[in-house]
Amino acid sequence: MLVYLLRRLGQSLFVVAAMAVLVFVGVYAIGNPIDIMISPDADQAEMEAAIARLGLDKPLWEQFFIFVGNALQGDLGKSFVYSTDAVSIILAKLPATMELAMLALVFAVFIGVPLGMIAGLRPHSLAGKSIMAGSILGFSLPNFWQGMMLILLFAVLLKWLPSGGRGETAELFGIPFSFLTLDGLSHMLLPAINLALFKTSLVIRLARAGTREAALQDYVKFARAKGLSSQRIVLVHIAKNIMIPVVTILGLELGSMIAFAVVTESVFAWPGMGKLLIDSINLLDRPVVVAYLMLTVFMFIIINFIVDMLYCVLDPRVRLSEAKA
Amino acid sequence: MSAPTPEAPTLEVRDLKTHFFTREGVIKAVDGVSFQVAPGEVLGLVGESGSGKSITGFSILGLVDAPGRIAGGQILFQGRDLVPLPESERRKLRGSKIAMIFQDPMMTLNPVLRIDTQMTEAVLAHRDVSKARALEICREALVKVGIASPDERLASYPHQFSGGMRQRVAIATAFLNEPELIIADEPTTALDVTIQGQILHEAQALCRETGTAMIWITHDLAVVAGLADHICVMYAGRMVEQGPIDAVLDRPAHPYTVGLIGSVPSRNRRGGRLFQIPGMTPSLLNLPEGCAFRSRCPRADIACLEEPPVHTATEGRQVRCVHPHDEPLEEMLS
Ligand SMILES: Nc1ncnc2c1ncn2[C@@H]1O[C@H](COP(=O)(O)OP(=O)(O)OP(=O)(O)O)[C@@H](O)[C@H]1O
Ligand SMILES: [Mg+2]
Repeated sequence: MLVYLLRRLGQSLFVVAAMAVLVFVGVYAIGNPIDIMISPDADQAEMEAAIARLGLDKPLWEQFFIFVGNALQGDLGKSFVYSTDAVSIILAKLPATMELAMLALVFAVFIGVPLGMIAGLRPHSLAGKSIMAGSILGFSLPNFWQGMMLILLFAVLLKWLPSGGRGETAELFGIPFSFLTLDGLSHMLLPAINLALFKTSLVIRLARAGTREAALQDYVKFARAKGLSSQRIVLVHIAKNIMIPVVTILGLELGSMIAFAVVTESVFAWPGMGKLLIDSINLLDRPVVVAYLMLTVFMFIIINFIVDMLYCVLDPRVRLSEAKA
Repeated sequence: MSAPTPEAPTLEVRDLKTHFFTREGVIKAVDGVSFQVAPGEVLGLVGESGSGKSITGFSILGLVDAPGRIAGGQILFQGRDLVPLPESERRKLRGSKIAMIFQDPMMTLNPVLRIDTQMTEAVLAHRDVSKARALEICREALVKVGIASPDERLASYPHQFSGGMRQRVAIATAFLNEPELIIADEPTTALDVTIQGQILHEAQALCRETGTAMIWITHDLAVVAGLADHICVMYAGRMVEQGPIDAVLDRPAHPYTVGLIGSVPSRNRRGGRLFQIPGMTPSLLNLPEGCAFRSRCPRADIACLEEPPVHTATEGRQVRCVHPHDEPLEEMLS
């Protein structure tokens, strides 16, 4: 097990290093922040002072090594715009995105898995066909359009739910969260559904395919030959088998859900990391963009690691062979 | 082998018909099969691949999948016809009174559930006992099929077991609720010969001991010869011949049975030519009129264009043939 963990750690370090180069060079290539940040009528001396203050006078490689040196000490740079630590700006927005993504994940699993299993068990029934048709819509309609339709229907026409913002928040461990208050929850509902729609469609397809495959397996027939009730066969024998692909994919998707909640956050004016990223790109606030991308890389690595661990818990075959490797 | 005592049969199948209603047409996977098994007795159900052996077993268990269903006949289990019973009643019988062991041990255990889960659930589905007691029953069952250190085994997952070990687990599971009838669907074909012998022996001993009736499905006559009391030979979904094992093997009446026996290597015919049934199994979708074996049969003539009736001879022997053999096997093969 230890060897396995060490090997994973090594791989992760390599990914982080490679990403650091890519991200830094990539972001450096877009625009010139000076044009935006310094008023056009500033004189040459002011301009040069600003450039030196931001460290932009040094060659790219030197900037990169300063960046790496600072990064190793946990400092991913200072925002050009706010003149504060980029990481803390992002982390301040993290809880809002996190709770949104988590709620969306819960929706995706608790709606997607049962619907997918129904569609898999009764593929030719009306219910099965409607579920699949719905999942095709969830896949193919653009995310922002779905979001606007949700607002139109539930916020504008029916006036059931608010259309934007975080609503009232309450503190947990000193961090403000929306899901702790009723008002906050009502604000979360629409963006979470919007964020979940695509993933739910994905989970439906995974669960359906898994169920159809498992239902034909001999072990299901043997379970029936043992006289088990169909509930037990579906909820234990089949469900446990389809959870392996569902957990794997969803874990990976959770990363993308957090990292790229950009569209949903923009549509619903949800003050999370995605909105921050869009704002920072518009302002060419390079350190924030770089820090955001680096944090995203970290997050993906950690989530992948957790998924692998979960996978081991779910699939006994992996547990033993991988542990030995 | 002890002579079977004339007891009321545990199972009596009468003219069973299980058909698959597919888009291409009706597949008569089982089409007129009758046999009976008495307590403590072993019936060998023999036939080549696709002859409907497994479907016969699944029909008895009530596990025929759509588009298949039982289209006719009766399945009398302890005198009660199972065919009209609702699913809830059939489920109560499955695994408790009638158990089945499947063909491929690598596929019958759920890969993500521990053995103890998979075994105790079979007990708990039918008996009102505590989990601890259920576990105790499972442990005893594993010991009976020759598994050492059952506690360790119970806490394992299927992939940690060899094929033979898995099949033992499946057999132990089948015996958990002391069933009256066990259907063993070629449980040893996937295993090597020594393990095969051990498992045959264990299954047979368990049946004799508990008075369980057993249907042993196989395509291997050699296995049946050493195990069964009665034999029922199937061809293309139909029973073609049945009777006490020694009588059928010594004086097979149906040309298909003769061909089957002739194609098994035997010690007292060493050096002799091995017989091979010419032709191929016909497709069940468009069976010819009359006898299904007609096109491969050396004795076929115009009379075989008619559906052959079932002759019932002495000692419970039945043959579905217009031109049955009447001489001992040795004469036919020489
Ligand atoms: N789901 C199904 N749909 C259509 N036809 C089927 C289905 N299942 C079985 N059959 C038909 O039933 C026939 C008998 O199948 P069965 O599994 O009983 O054969 P078998 O005698 O057990 O053969 P084997 O020795 O290969 O296991 C097959 O040839 C097939 O044509
Ligand atoms: Mg079979």
